[in-house]
Amino acid sequence: MTLIPGRRAPVAPVGAPSRPLLIGLTLLPLVAVGLGVVWPLGAMVERSIRLDGQLDLAVLSEVARSGAVRSAVWFSTWMAAVSAFATVVVALPAARVMALYRFRGDQIVGALGLVPFVLPTVVVGTAFWSLLGPSGPLASVAERLGVEGLDARRSVWAVLMAHVFFNHAVVVRTVSSLWRHLDPRLVDAARTLGAGPWARFRHVTWPFIAPAVAASAVLVFLFSFTSFGVVLVLGDRGMATVEVEIFRQLRQLDLGVASVLALVQLGAMTVVLGPWSRWAQRRSSASGRTSGDDHRRRPGSLSERWEVALNLLVMALLLGVPIASLVERSLRTADGWGLDHYRSLLDRGSSTAAVDPIAAIVESLRVATLATLITVVLGVAAARVISTSGRRWVRWFDLALMVPLGASAVTVGLGLLITFDEPPLDLRGSPYLVPFAQALVALPFVVRILVPVLAAVDDRVREAAAVLGAAPGRIWRSVELPLVGRALGVAAGFGFAISLGEFGAASVLARSGTPTLPVAIFRLLGRPGAANLGQAMALSTILVVVTAVAVLASGRLRGAVGSDGGGFGS
Amino acid sequence: MYTSTSRLLIPLVLTAVLSAACGSSGSSADDADPTSGDPSSPIASSSPSEGSTEAPETEGESLAGVKLTLMTHDSFAVSEGTLEAFTAETGHEVVLLQAGDAGELVNRSVLTAGNPEADVMFGVDNTFLSAALAGGVFEGRSETAVDAFGDALPDGIPLDPGGRVVPVDFGDVCLNYDRSWFADAGIEPPSELGDLADPALAGLTVVQDPSTSSPGLAFLMATVAEFGADGWETFWSDLVENDVMVTAGWEDAYYGAFTHGSGGEGDRPIVVSYASSPPAEVIFGDYDVPPEQAPTGVVADACFRQVEYAGVLAGTDHPEAAGQLVDFMLSDTFQSDVALNMFVFPARGDIELPREFVDYAEVIENPLVLSSEEIEANRSDWIDAWDEVMAG
Repeated sequence: MTLIPGRRAPVAPVGAPSRPLLIGLTLLPLVAVGLGVVWPLGAMVERSIRLDGQLDLAVLSEVARSGAVRSAVWFSTWMAAVSAFATVVVALPAARVMALYRFRGDQIVGALGLVPFVLPTVVVGTAFWSLLGPSGPLASVAERLGVEGLDARRSVWAVLMAHVFFNHAVVVRTVSSLWRHLDPRLVDAARTLGAGPWARFRHVTWPFIAPAVAASAVLVFLFSFTSFGVVLVLGDRGMATVEVEIFRQLRQLDLGVASVLALVQLGAMTVVLGPWSRWAQRRSSASGRTSGDDHRRRPGSLSERWEVALNLLVMALLLGVPIASLVERSLRTADGWGLDHYRSLLDRGSSTAAVDPIAAIVESLRVATLATLITVVLGVAAARVISTSGRRWVRWFDLALMVPLGASAVTVGLGLLITFDEPPLDLRGSPYLVPFAQALVALPFVVRILVPVLAAVDDRVREAAAVLGAAPGRIWRSVELPLVGRALGVAAGFGFAISLGEFGAASVLARSGTPTLPVAIFRLLGRPGAANLGQAMALSTILVVVTAVAVLASGRLRGAVGSDGGGFGS
Repeated sequence: MYTSTSRLLIPLVLTAVLSAACGSSGSSADDADPTSGDPSSPIASSSPSEGSTEAPETEGESLAGVKLTLMTHDSFAVSEGTLEAFTAETGHEVVLLQAGDAGELVNRSVLTAGNPEADVMFGVDNTFLSAALAGGVFEGRSETAVDAFGDALPDGIPLDPGGRVVPVDFGDVCLNYDRSWFADAGIEPPSELGDLADPALAGLTVVQDPSTSSPGLAFLMATVAEFGADGWETFWSDLVENDVMVTAGWEDAYYGAFTHGSGGEGDRPIVVSYASSPPAEVIFGDYDVPPEQAPTGVVADACFRQVEYAGVLAGTDHPEAAGQLVDFMLSDTFQSDVALNMFVFPARGDIELPREFVDYAEVIENPLVLSSEEIEANRSDWIDAWDEVMAG
């Protein structure tokens, strides 16, 4: 077992977990994904092709022959690829700024960047509508250019824009958490040798950050591949990802076709991700030269200050405008502005339809804390295995952990209801089911964020610790953890945000009488009337604030944990 | 705090998850005796002062009542005290399981038929009822509260002869329009379904996709009922000509595209919603004094009636108690509570409607109806045909 293949192979597997520990670390996340995703999905498929004990493959051929299925697979694939590419292009300059510079409020910018992640699709969708509709700013710009009556509310452009909006933070946070460990002396050396800005980026920076860029791109791809709400609200009628097609089949009560479609979606995802994972495994051998220092500095020259300012402006426009319109709606009343909607949220009537905002916040935080805890444990175990074992099976292990993002959430949710439905394992009433399901959704994020950083840890640091007599556990605690502490914080922040904003599992699997914030928002939006809309917007604003505060707080926590004193906590 | 991650937390979390798995297992674990309640108590009178036993404090020990789980849709709502009245009367506690919309309810209950997640299900409507009945979701009952209130149920509410479900309420899916928009524009609002194809109303209507939305499906059925099997597709291609807007859900149509619902940001003054939306607009609107009329109007000629049913889920451990809860939904207490909480009309015609409904809701005299057998036989075909028409 070598540490990282193809590189300076050390004599002994220094700092690597012992064999039993490795097996344990491998099995833990695999069992979780198997129980939580694969088994339920298999149960749904099994049910749909086995009628009265007979194997009935009619549904399979029905799906195979369907043109709608083929076009949905094709649309999911190309739209997700374009979304991933566009998000990387838009977000990379911001990632650079967040990686290289320290500036006043950088933490708040980082925390606010995660906010889009948690916002309900309908809320964001209608905010986009007011920007893209015939009376919105886009149409008035187009009119000046000579295009009359532009209406981009439901178009592939709106879908792509929304995907960039939702996933911007994925690229920024994943890439910058690796990029900030790039030793600036390498870039300086290249400059001294006469390399221009492009050559420096191409030959020094890019090879270093490429694993993180690839990791974030694949996350955005998966998110967009299974995109559901965004395509429903902002896509053209008839435009469907496989997940949307599954939803439509379920609405027509065709569980069989829906289950087989879920399998098709998973298969298509594997076909696309297979080559990617081979590439990523080769790629990871290119890194491994950081000592983990944070090299950020204050922007010095005028051009650096401009770079920061321009990037902040772009982020404010892209991320800030939809959020600002949300806050504005929450403050809008019949006669101007005010806190009326917030007040009426607190001053509930006597109907059970009324939402208790405090209870919803508490429930959301309870679920999100548990989900984060579970996902961090599973993710650290998985990332440890992936980053230290160069064996061939690790690639499949890695791929298997991506399954929760590529699987159809609604089908898995239904599958859970028929797999864990008998004592002693009747999970259907368990208060841990929702956090567990959400933890699995967040797992690919935690893994993708941690692996590049762990792989980039300079082996010599591990070796030195081993030479000094440290056991693997001690090396992890004293050497690796401080080095990856920041990435761990980023990963935990994502886990928390994903859970806070998650709707599907929270609405399908929840058993407690108290809804989480997104479910509560959805219920408010289910009834007509200005007060319901206003309160939904107020509750969405509260969700924004809770998210930002929680992410900022997890940064503080990290500061307390990071024992290096070298700025990891910042 | 991360220090012991690999060695300590893993077994900890595993234990937590597993113990959660084994420990709490929902209502089915309650093994209180259902027969010891008061199964014969009539549900007609729901006087909470009957002096019956208090709600049980501890699980498993009580002989008086059981804990019933009521599976229902996200729009379910009652006043505080309503379900407590049931508990006071029978000793049974009620726990809510809100599980998506009517379509999701049917999928879940069909999947888990025989080993249900709950004891009672409320909220399956006539567009999905046949599927649920065919899926063996409900338990048949020899007598239900319908026997007592049969005369009070208006015509046009289909009943299940097997006693598996009882109708609880109904709502009419109707075209709504923005009164002040039409007043300002000086155009007459539509008065019947066919008007939507009038070029004078071009580009003014937003409807929901029947393959993704419950009111959208009901509206499609309204057009089938109105124009017949031969005519409805022509009507829809006329709508396409007339620049109809289609959204995926009710929320984006009403709050995003509808001029009134979106607070002026939308551009469509006609929307598919409910007959009860105008009173909701008044109740949830910003009015210091009650307005003369609701800000939105209803096209009374073009409404499709959705009837919501409740029934005992087959396989429940507490069939008798569950039957009491189903029958309770036809009691005075529950029936007079549904209007202002769920914005639907009580199934019983002898229940007095709240003032807001009398003042602002239009009672639909001649709703469009289709039998649930006809719906079940054609639902998928209609949606596929609709898809083709809309694709042009």
